[in-house]
Amino acid sequence: MKKQTLIIASLFVLVLLFVGGSYLYKNADHSVSSEKTSALLRPYAYVLGNPNAKTTIVEFFDPACGTCKSFYPFVKNILKQNPDKLKLVLRYAPFHTDSYYVVAMIEAARLQGKYLEALEVIYKYQDKWASHGTPNIGLIWGFLPEVGIDIEKLKDDMKKPEIDALIKQDIEDTKTLGVKATPEFFVNGKPLVKFGKQELEELIASEL
Amino acid sequence: MNQIQKSSNTLFTLLFFAWIVSMVATLGSLFFSEVMMFPPCVMCWYQRICMYPLAILFLVALFCNDKNVFKYAMPLVLLGLFFAIYHNLLYFGIVPETLAPCSQGVSCTSDYINWFGFITIQFLSLVAFALIFVTLIFIRRLLPR
Repeated sequence: MKKQTLIIASLFVLVLLFVGGSYLYKNADHSVSSEKTSALLRPYAYVLGNPNAKTTIVEFFDPACGTCKSFYPFVKNILKQNPDKLKLVLRYAPFHTDSYYVVAMIEAARLQGKYLEALEVIYKYQDKWASHGTPNIGLIWGFLPEVGIDIEKLKDDMKKPEIDALIKQDIEDTKTLGVKATPEFFVNGKPLVKFGKQELEELIASEL
Repeated sequence: MNQIQKSSNTLFTLLFFAWIVSMVATLGSLFFSEVMMFPPCVMCWYQRICMYPLAILFLVALFCNDKNVFKYAMPLVLLGLFFAIYHNLLYFGIVPETLAPCSQGVSCTSDYINWFGFITIQFLSLVAFALIFVTLIFIRRLLPR
């Protein structure tokens, strides 16, 4: 009888620890600490929306990531609904094979004033060039002229050391901030603890 | 205290220890995936398949004071131990990781936690399976020859 009491008491304690731990974890403050905020916002990062907005969404994305593609129009739509109060800072988390080069293409397109055009066309044809198992980023060259990007200039610009430095800094920042999956959102320094479109919408609404 | 009583107490202690280890491993892994939202990789899933039933097997054995649990638990422990060792070798790059599709986007070598430079999730799993393995060996010695 005593042994059974011990078993049941232990079971109770373990479950209680789990439930209590979950509660504490979910309610804890996960905001990015002040010494890490510089990793969140870099002056070179591309900004969408009102640059002087009070609420800042930082998105770490990978152009080869399907979920990032699906979040892109969603987040853009939220920006459109709050044109004055919101800005979106785009950062890179090139976790997939060869994503590094795709990011370099987007940055090089920015030098031609075609940042969003490049990003959107790369997302548009993601199924083709980023097919699972056999990614083929070479296909992207064929899609970019569609939005008027000069491929020869792009290839030259991609070799620029500042683009390389920028991507390396972004990768370094994903490590500092503990970004493990894409897309990862931070709204005014607060990460999205539970992932989902509705959760993101709620987090943004609470910061507006 | 007679011999039988003593042996029964030893069995209880061993089983209780094995059960606590399997429970902590089960709840801990659920905490990582369900609360901290770390998606489990393929290797983690194989180890979970071996670990989760152990938590229940040991609980039943505890109530029935069943030393025969060795027979039922050992295959799961061996399989789990195998995956845990393999997973750690993968992590340290001793075994190369083959190309895996990115459907889940989680590599078996990604680092979710790294405490003191060596305590990773796969290391914790290895420790849990090893502890249960040793405990089961002691339980085996209680079986009549």
